[in-house]
Amino acid sequence: MTDLAIETTGLVKVFGDNRAVDGVDLRVPAGTVYGVLGPNGAGKTTTVRMLATLLRPDGGEARVFGKDVRKDADAVRSRVSLTGQYASVDEDLTGTENLVLLARLLGHAKPAARDRAAQLLEAFGLREAAGKQVKNYSGGMRRRIDIAASILNTPDLLFLDEPTTGLDPRSRNQVWDIVRAVVSQGTTVLLTTQYLDEADHLASRIAVIDHGKVIAEGTKGELKASVGSGAVHLRLRDADQRPAAERVLAEALGAEVLLDADPVALTARVNGQGTERGAAEQAAHALAELARSGITVDNFALGQPSLDEVFLALTDKKGQAA
Amino acid sequence: MSTATTTKDPGELELEAPRAEDLASLLVAAERPPRPSAWSASLTFGWRAMLKIKHVPEQLFDVTAFPIMMVLMYTYLFGGAIAGSVDAYIQFLLPGILTMSVVMITMYTGVAVNNDISKGVFDRFRTLPIWRPAPMVGYLLGDVVRYLIASVVMLAVGLIIGYRPDGGPVGIVLGIAVLMVFSFAFSWIWTMFGLLLRTEKSVMGVSMMVIFPMTFLSNVFVDPRTMPGWLQAFVNNSPVTHVSTAVRELMAGNWPAADIAWSLGWSAVLVVVFGTVTMRLYNRK
Repeated sequence: MTDLAIETTGLVKVFGDNRAVDGVDLRVPAGTVYGVLGPNGAGKTTTVRMLATLLRPDGGEARVFGKDVRKDADAVRSRVSLTGQYASVDEDLTGTENLVLLARLLGHAKPAARDRAAQLLEAFGLREAAGKQVKNYSGGMRRRIDIAASILNTPDLLFLDEPTTGLDPRSRNQVWDIVRAVVSQGTTVLLTTQYLDEADHLASRIAVIDHGKVIAEGTKGELKASVGSGAVHLRLRDADQRPAAERVLAEALGAEVLLDADPVALTARVNGQGTERGAAEQAAHALAELARSGITVDNFALGQPSLDEVFLALTDKKGQAA
Repeated sequence: MSTATTTKDPGELELEAPRAEDLASLLVAAERPPRPSAWSASLTFGWRAMLKIKHVPEQLFDVTAFPIMMVLMYTYLFGGAIAGSVDAYIQFLLPGILTMSVVMITMYTGVAVNNDISKGVFDRFRTLPIWRPAPMVGYLLGDVVRYLIASVVMLAVGLIIGYRPDGGPVGIVLGIAVLMVFSFAFSWIWTMFGLLLRTEKSVMGVSMMVIFPMTFLSNVFVDPRTMPGWLQAFVNNSPVTHVSTAVRELMAGNWPAADIAWSLGWSAVLVVVFGTVTMRLYNRK
């Protein structure tokens, strides 16, 4: 059995009559990036705050590296770091001062604290901003100083609560690089996000949370497979050929064909399951059939089901069941 | 391992790409230093308060301009009426107004605490494996420095306009020491309100409600013997009265043992009661 960084059973947190977290079970293997995916208000942040000892659970159990977050909070704190949704550094202080302050609080002597702060600022591309107050930092710089503050002592478990919310794509990619670097050195990362592609890029396992409950859990592949299909997107040269193309596709793929709003475009589901051939081969077969029927295809794309589709499918199912 | 290959925008020079390789080498699990002692962690938080003063020196307004205003206003407003002359009144008033002003200034502690919580930096502190009260004690240590500045400013103004304490430097230092101990203890009321109340404005509002009666209903301005009996009963037992008497007598070169004992006793009670409530709130927040 692999070591678990986090193990929760039936975790509950109630605010008034809102059950923000309503029986969450998580098993996070050590040394991986674990994604917790869900819309705003799903209970992601509340779950993280309980695991980071900032909130006391109202029910259930939560263990971090085997230590109970209620009874053994201090032991948990010595192994985790949290980068919250809002920059958890002091905006009035400079980048250097923030890192030196926290390094001192982690027990480093003054010279060691200064060295560590300087090294981290350098590695995070913040050397020139080191002497500026954090309130003058851009969103991307704040995220970095925040993550830098979290790894002053390399934590065994790092909580990243929506680390890229509100960042431009370039800053987001840089944060992703940082997360990958952190994990490559053995730290476990619990990442919450409402962006499906972020979980897709970084996480090896994902829990989908909605209304305070885990509604699906597994590897990316498992989650996608649970929805079951990918899709071919086609653009024809001639809109007049679309009805014919629809017929050919329906026959070749044996699946539903959707006509897009664009008069030359259509989308068909490709179900790779239960057949000898994989999705790509099926799609190739369909293309060949189209060519044989004299239909000109301008553009063709075979899409994996996106996590967006997975997510919508999962929340839909739950909505119908409720 | 992916490497960041972003191009820099002109004019955004400070935002270089992070260096994943450098980072990886920094993360190689190093020996963790032992956790700091309670005192060392508290001092570090006190150092943070000093840094904040360095960056936002305007916040010293309330420990410089405000006390000067208090001394001048009350000395010249009441001096003639109460003691016959400004010169005579300042001998009585200065230690009292010093006590009153410093006790009033303590309420900014609550505002600072409340401000920090709303900014998220508190979450960071609360996840650190340190002595739990350290952030709070740090605030108060930083505030003691502010109280000292206010005391020095007020004594300087007092000496300029005619205050002549018989206790000399020793009496002054002892008087200030008693005041600092009491103010440190009294500030725990504000850390409690800072954690309890939701907004900065409500902290200010509640603080005013507490602080005005606490400081005015004392022997700071006039001898309580001129007051009606029921008010005397309150005033004579108010901690502010004990502290201001202790400060006044120490600076005058006497040894007010009872008032010193009362001041320190009240301080201990305040720390035990409000310190406990503060830490309960802090742990639950």
